[in-house]
Amino acid sequence: MSNQIQIPELDGTSLARYLWRQLTSMRTALILLLLLGVAAIPGSLFPQRTQNPMQVSDYFKNSPEQAEWLDRFWLFDVYGSPWFSAVYILLFISLIGCVLPRTIEHLKNARALPPATPKNLSRMEHFQQWSSNGSELETARAWFKKNRFRVLESEGSISAEKGFARETGNLFFHLALILVLVGISFSSLFGMRGEAILNVGERFVNNVTSYDSLTFGKLYRDSNLQDFMLTADSFVAKYNVLTGAPEDYTLDVSLLQGEEGIVEKKTMKVNSPLTIGDTRIYLQANGYSPVVTVVDSQLNVAFQGPVPFLPQDSQLRSIGAIKAPDAEPAVGFVGSFLPTYERDGANGGISVYPEALNPRLLLAAWVGDLGLDSGTPQSVYRIDTSKMQQVGLKALKPGESFAYPGGVITFEGYVQWVNISFVTDPGKKFALLGAIVSIIGLLASLFTRRRRIWIRVGEKVEIAGLAKNAAPGLEEEITEFIQRLKGDK
Amino acid sequence: MSRSWAVISNYSIYSATAVFALSFIVHAIETAWAVKVPAAGKSSLDYTRNGRAARIATALMILGFLLLLVGVVARGISASRAPWGNMYEFSITGALAFSGAYLAALRKYDLRWLGLLVSVSVLLTLGTAITVLYVPSAPLVPALKSEWLVIHVSTAIISGGVFLLSNVIATAYLVLDRIESKGERNTWAKRLPSLEVLDQLSYRLVAFVFPLWTFSVVSGAIWAESAWGRYWGWDPKETWAFITWVAYAAYLHARVTIGWRGRRAAWLCLFAGSTFLFNYVYINIWGTGKHTYSGL
Repeated sequence: MSNQIQIPELDGTSLARYLWRQLTSMRTALILLLLLGVAAIPGSLFPQRTQNPMQVSDYFKNSPEQAEWLDRFWLFDVYGSPWFSAVYILLFISLIGCVLPRTIEHLKNARALPPATPKNLSRMEHFQQWSSNGSELETARAWFKKNRFRVLESEGSISAEKGFARETGNLFFHLALILVLVGISFSSLFGMRGEAILNVGERFVNNVTSYDSLTFGKLYRDSNLQDFMLTADSFVAKYNVLTGAPEDYTLDVSLLQGEEGIVEKKTMKVNSPLTIGDTRIYLQANGYSPVVTVVDSQLNVAFQGPVPFLPQDSQLRSIGAIKAPDAEPAVGFVGSFLPTYERDGANGGISVYPEALNPRLLLAAWVGDLGLDSGTPQSVYRIDTSKMQQVGLKALKPGESFAYPGGVITFEGYVQWVNISFVTDPGKKFALLGAIVSIIGLLASLFTRRRRIWIRVGEKVEIAGLAKNAAPGLEEEITEFIQRLKGDK
Repeated sequence: MSRSWAVISNYSIYSATAVFALSFIVHAIETAWAVKVPAAGKSSLDYTRNGRAARIATALMILGFLLLLVGVVARGISASRAPWGNMYEFSITGALAFSGAYLAALRKYDLRWLGLLVSVSVLLTLGTAITVLYVPSAPLVPALKSEWLVIHVSTAIISGGVFLLSNVIATAYLVLDRIESKGERNTWAKRLPSLEVLDQLSYRLVAFVFPLWTFSVVSGAIWAESAWGRYWGWDPKETWAFITWVAYAAYLHARVTIGWRGRRAAWLCLFAGSTFLFNYVYINIWGTGKHTYSGL
């Protein structure tokens, strides 16, 4: 016989079991939890494609080499990156591996009675004894019942236990977090999000081509788009007269749904979106669109209509680009729209109030190749002037025209534009339900104490108690119990 | 009408600041007095010699709290909304919550040793609010016009105040732990509670406020859904609220499940609290994103 210690071989199954045990251990879960917090940090330090694509492309323009390296580590897409996903997926696997066995165990225990009263109560905590008057057991039974303890009675003793809600709450909290994650994934598969800029007076028809940007979940189909038309009837922005800060935005729309062709009037505000079926429609940003007409050297109308300009400051100084590639010669205007114009010594033209009280359109005319056929996508608010030549500058009031060498541009007036988001988020109700259940579970698990109280009545009354996790408050409870038994109260 | 309320608010907050400064001075005298008490062999001091100073300091603190309450309420009336629309208002309401949490806890625990730290923190917060962060009372931008403002921001402020208090206690724990590891506590430190009490207190505050913080984040998500079209978008503020939540969740697990106590738990608590502070200071003032209503 050899007395060597048998070392179990680490074959496939036992290795897998070992790894599973490591992954579902509390220590690993804790490290993953902290890692999740740390992994979320870079996303708040670098601009993210999902929130701020403009800033990301600026980053690439300003420091291309650094940007390329950052991009290699998904630092512009942190929350969709493999490493961030790896952390939370591992965390949730660990969580499921930890919570499921506990749930089964808890369900098994749900109807179990507390273990029998220990033989030697004097060794337990909170031990007290005094001589019996005979009626204590009955009083104790009533007290336990009133305070909703589970009890096991045997031969002159009661073993009582309370606080199952602690584990129940704890399990519900963790299971609800899984529900939140399920809701989020459900939305990313079946959801839809689109944006469109709409000039006041224009109509939006809900199909793929109407959107300025549109992202579908992996399992969302074009045919899921709801059938509706939306017309922006009027838009009112109210500003504080002293500070120019916005106070209220109201957008009135006409909504045409389905086949019947009934037009409904609706009002949208920032905190009250429209709901059509499972699509919610939000009023997001707004700004001004100068309306211009460009007539070229051949007297053809090369461009006509409103052009959305992007607001740059709180007084809605806005910049934009008017492009007329088909004009003869091809022309582009780099423009600023100033709703309430004033001259400022240092900065030239500025806007001093966001409402259009004294609007002005400042234009720089550029002639040459606009580069629209080059294949590289261009911002509609900017012009690549590298192959162009500046031929003139002008500030226009509404109704005025500017004759540049090669044509005439007329500033007809302005309309307002609104940016509208269209969102289908079918998983959000699950996420919300999960969040609510998790809070309730959390409250139950943090404020319930699991404890046992024992009483044995013979010649003497013996009392003892045990609090799990050294939870406080048992001492007071036992004191109250004893007072009741002794008839002090 | 709204103007006069704004003036009342300003005067109340100036007076509150002055009263907190007095309270700070009396707390300092009280602490200094304690150092003079020869307490050899005693683990805790009796308050007989400095009891009067302690009572005056606490009374001043209560007065400061009441003045601050008037200031915050008047500010709300003057703008006809909940008084937490910008950094100045967050700060004065935060100071109110913090001193309120201290006074409420004082009813149950003998925390007078904390008074010096609490009064100096409130004083610094109010001082910064008045000198750097002040903006005139004004109505809100459209995105903030929602009943969720009251729910979301008030729970965030209360959570912040309690997190801060638990951090102060964790710091006290670490300092005293260091002193004790070198030998006996020196005279002033003998006035403070035992390490065990500090450890428990800091944990209980977190356990009490963690569900509230969870609620605050969830209510923010519900509001974001109706204002911005998504309930979660990894906006810098949201990201850091998430980090704070995760850090405190880790703290609770470390304590309850693994059984961390003492030094390690205190450091983890400080780390979690610092993520909240970072979110408040950095993201509000220098950050970008949709939460920049600081008015700076």
